[in-house]
Amino acid sequence: MIKDITLGQYFPGNSVVHRMDARFKLVITMLFIVMLFIGSNTISLEVGFVFTAMAYLCSSIPVKLIAKSLKPILPILAFTTILNLFMITSGMPLFQWKFIAITDEAVETSVFMIVRILLLIAGTSLLTYTTSPVALTDAIERLLSPLKRFKLPVSELAMMMTIALRFIPTLIEETDKIMSAQKARGADMDGGKIKDKVKAVIPIIIPLFVSAVRRAGELATAMECRCYRGGEGRTRMRQLKSGAADYVSLGITIFFLAAVIFINAID
Amino acid sequence: MAILKTENLNYVYSQGTPFEKTAVRNVNLEIEKGEFVGIIGHTGSGKSTLIQHFNGLLRPSSGKIYLDGKDIWADKSQIRQVRFRVGLVFQYPEYQIFEETVYRDIAFGPKNMGLSEQETDRRVRATAQRVGIPESMLEKSPFELSGGEKRRVAIAGVMAMEPEVLILDEPTAGLDPKGRELILNQIKEYHKTMGCTVLLVSHSMEDVARYASRLLVMNRAEVFCFDSTAEVFKRSAEIEKIGLSVPQITRVFNILREKGIDIADDVYTVKYAKEKILEYLKSGGKLQ
Repeated sequence: MIKDITLGQYFPGNSVVHRMDARFKLVITMLFIVMLFIGSNTISLEVGFVFTAMAYLCSSIPVKLIAKSLKPILPILAFTTILNLFMITSGMPLFQWKFIAITDEAVETSVFMIVRILLLIAGTSLLTYTTSPVALTDAIERLLSPLKRFKLPVSELAMMMTIALRFIPTLIEETDKIMSAQKARGADMDGGKIKDKVKAVIPIIIPLFVSAVRRAGELATAMECRCYRGGEGRTRMRQLKSGAADYVSLGITIFFLAAVIFINAID
Repeated sequence: MAILKTENLNYVYSQGTPFEKTAVRNVNLEIEKGEFVGIIGHTGSGKSTLIQHFNGLLRPSSGKIYLDGKDIWADKSQIRQVRFRVGLVFQYPEYQIFEETVYRDIAFGPKNMGLSEQETDRRVRATAQRVGIPESMLEKSPFELSGGEKRRVAIAGVMAMEPEVLILDEPTAGLDPKGRELILNQIKEYHKTMGCTVLLVSHSMEDVARYASRLLVMNRAEVFCFDSTAEVFKRSAEIEKIGLSVPQITRVFNILREKGIDIADDVYTVKYAKEKILEYLKSGGKLQ
């Protein structure tokens, strides 16, 4: 059900990865994405795999969780695989039936894409698994803070993100509750034609909006009561601190990235 | 025959994950037709989870639930019929209101039952009257009403289905004493005139003591005891031990007995307490 969504969920822990500075984790994740996308051959992808595996080993996140986070992207995987298999026509045909042909190159590319997407999701999920949303927005705020010079309201944007993230579980819970309440009044959620399905959404959406607006009002009042007046001059209770582990990890990441670039160059 | 019966009912949240938690453990109980049962217990004691089993919103991890002798999960496609027969009013039910007018919101349940236009109309008007919503309010938007009025509209929305079993989860939470009294009396009245079975979940010992004939006490996902109100409050020492309170008047009588005054131990309403004290004084007892 709705509660099974793990993408973007934080799993508290005390591993090296958990304790790392969120800013570094964010930068490392970005470098990791670059690493995956510039890698154009199998060896560079293997490097990416080794990197992801190392990161997971250091994070003490159970393997089962990775599988769970990969489940929602299965449709995307299936879609890209089908496209790749049938659209790529260069290379040796392995299989032919009328006008449909599958070539060795198509198979190779499909497998390559599957592994790349899996690594991408697994690697980036690690960031949100090991970093609390608050630390993450803090990191974003700090990394974007040079943009304040261009009058970009970085603190406000960060606060908005924090609030949005904070209310995702609340709203999910609320949706669950409203759905149960309407079901108790005989609302039919899972049967019927498309028209009935659309109709069935109204009794859920309206109370959900009403309560979201109400919550927003209450939150604004509560923030004003605690003298919130924008990010100007605001200090924070938890300072982001970088240590040796952060610089070492960043160094390792850059080393891996350099390796991929090198492999690409000699290929 | 019992209208509701559970057999070795268990419910486990998030089974097979690190967040696994047993919310209801091995519950066996029978509720007779026409009873007024109070359900008490701590937050997280499993009472809300338990009542969501009675109308098939939750499916037990193991065990059975019988409505009128029939296993409600015997035929999955019939579960909606169960929900019409067992009405459940959630906590803060006013947050489920969505229609444009009060009338249409109360009519949502009856309409889902597939009742005729006239029957729906009859039920909406009868229920509105029952919960004290004047005719003039029926065409108003429910979002214009006060908190207490919204609550009554929401309760009416379930009552209008005229369920055989009406379950209410803390219907008075967050209301002022006057609003609480009003709603509880309306529930009592409904119970009396419709002859249905009522299950009332509450945190207030005073409330359940006044209205319920039997009490179900939940503690740590299990049934702590299920007995007549008098019998339950006789065990007030145990009840206080699991962190629940007993009605103030029961506590007064407990202290009196501790002081060596020989007085009844089954007191939980002020009215009955008065009788007992007068009886005691007449028989020559002293309160000093």
